Amino acid sequence: MTTTEPVLRAEAIDVVLGGLRILTGVSLSVQPGEVVALLGANGSGKSTLVRASLGIIPVAAGQVQLFGAPLGRGTAWSRIGYVPQRKPVHTGVPATALEVVRAGLLSPGRWRPASRARAMAALERMGMADRAHQPVQEMSGGQHQRVLIARALVREPDLLLLDEPTTGIDLGTIDAFVDTIDAMRRTGTAVAVVLHETEAFSALLDRAVVLRHGRVVHNGAPPVARAEHARPAHEHTHAHPEPEETSGALEFDLIGDEE
Amino acid sequence: MIDLLSSPLMQRALLAALLVGATAPIIGTYLVQRRLALLGDGIGHIALTGVAAGWLAGSLAGLATPESLALPGAVIVAVLGSVGIEWVRARGRITGDVAMAILFYGGIAGGVLLIKVAGGTSANLMNYLFGSIATVSGTDLMWTAALTGLVLLVGLGLRPLLFAVSHDEEFARASGLPVQLLTSLLAALAALAVTVSMRVVGLLLVSALMIVPVATAQAITRSFARTMTLASVVGAVVSVVGLVLTYWYDLPPGATIVVLAILLYAATTMAQQRRRRPDPSVDPHPDLRDDVRVGEGA
Repeated sequence: MTTTEPVLRAEAIDVVLGGLRILTGVSLSVQPGEVVALLGANGSGKSTLVRASLGIIPVAAGQVQLFGAPLGRGTAWSRIGYVPQRKPVHTGVPATALEVVRAGLLSPGRWRPASRARAMAALERMGMADRAHQPVQEMSGGQHQRVLIARALVREPDLLLLDEPTTGIDLGTIDAFVDTIDAMRRTGTAVAVVLHETEAFSALLDRAVVLRHGRVVHNGAPPVARAEHARPAHEHTHAHPEPEETSGALEFDLIGDEE
Repeated sequence: MIDLLSSPLMQRALLAALLVGATAPIIGTYLVQRRLALLGDGIGHIALTGVAAGWLAGSLAGLATPESLALPGAVIVAVLGSVGIEWVRARGRITGDVAMAILFYGGIAGGVLLIKVAGGTSANLMNYLFGSIATVSGTDLMWTAALTGLVLLVGLGLRPLLFAVSHDEEFARASGLPVQLLTSLLAALAALAVTVSMRVVGLLLVSALMIVPVATAQAITRSFARTMTLASVVGAVVSVVGLVLTYWYDLPPGATIVVLAILLYAATTMAQQRRRRPDPSVDPHPDLRDDVRVGEGA
């Protein structure tokens, strides 16, 4: 771990939504160039942690700092890229992939959308340039997801927050996406990514934070690559937040499958 | 035709219809995008309370024509009401449909109640409920031009931001955009569009002029920008054509415009469906590579 100032630092945050305590005393920090996986079961608070870190939902206690400044007016929004969990595409007014990606560059200091060239370059990175003029409403889930990633990449962010970015995407595109993340990480971009399947990202992950019922239960080594786990003769010998029976699957996934 | 254009009354009415018809769908595009298509209707209802409140204020102030304060009253109450509802909705205290229901019923009841207190009758409200474009005065036209100008300036000038917040509110929040301010602004613009359309189609039908052209446009277009442009053109055309029809036939203008818009919508969607009838022999994704190999090496 480096001693540089973390890009994202959430300190002992509590989040209460609709009278339910979703997060309790959760801390998370991400250094420049570090890739951190957020793991845990459905409802464990992974997405909530990401959303609270960006001020999308308020924190009841604790503090979030982005680039060394408390979340608020002074936040360097233009340096942050966010890929939300994909929601089913509604049947509203059609919006093309290009229109969606161009809107990705807006921030309090910038009211003009990204130039077409810049947006096209981001779509190109996700292999979606040929569908730039197609409405996202007509796209498959995976294609739409790639547009959402391109929308975050168009900012060329120094902090990238991804909420299950690879859901529904075919393996070839995931590889291209992982390569893009790898290149960004090498230039110092900090990445926090909510995952259910760590396999595709395993080569990139520096650290894993595992949440359970809104608390951090593990903060350290990421799960070992699945290839090794999948071998029939594999036996678990490494540290484990709560050792349980193994069935040959990734143990962090077992946590995810628990409920 | 020359006869039609030489009447100053008709000139004013046509100009008002053109301005309102072109402007209302622009705000309507954002509302459809936010899935708040019925918000205009809710605002229309609460504007009725504003009309009656303006009337009451006028009669309390001892004005000779208390009705002259009806439009300012409608503007103020509609803007306050719509921004208030947006504010409450954003805090999750109330869901969108319940908020809308309260606007609908409270607005009508408040209007009927206040107009009685002001010494009028429900009949006085009819002009506002169903429109009275045939009686547009020079002052009315100036108001219409000023308000549509304001709505166009803000609605088009801030289009990137309003699009972002309407398309994906969560992402807009994560971009640091002032989401609450922008959604309140949009609600206020909708309120202005409603009150300015009130004379043309009436408060009960005002939402139709905001929404139906958008529905017609999006049956054809594939982008947000084009939908907005085409919706505006459709709105302007049906408003002017509808009004012209009432010059030759004894028809109520507001209802004629709305029926025309709906007929155009029906024709457009039917034509589109005919054109897009699926052909099972065509691969829907010809450009996608196959990533599963079937039956090889067996």
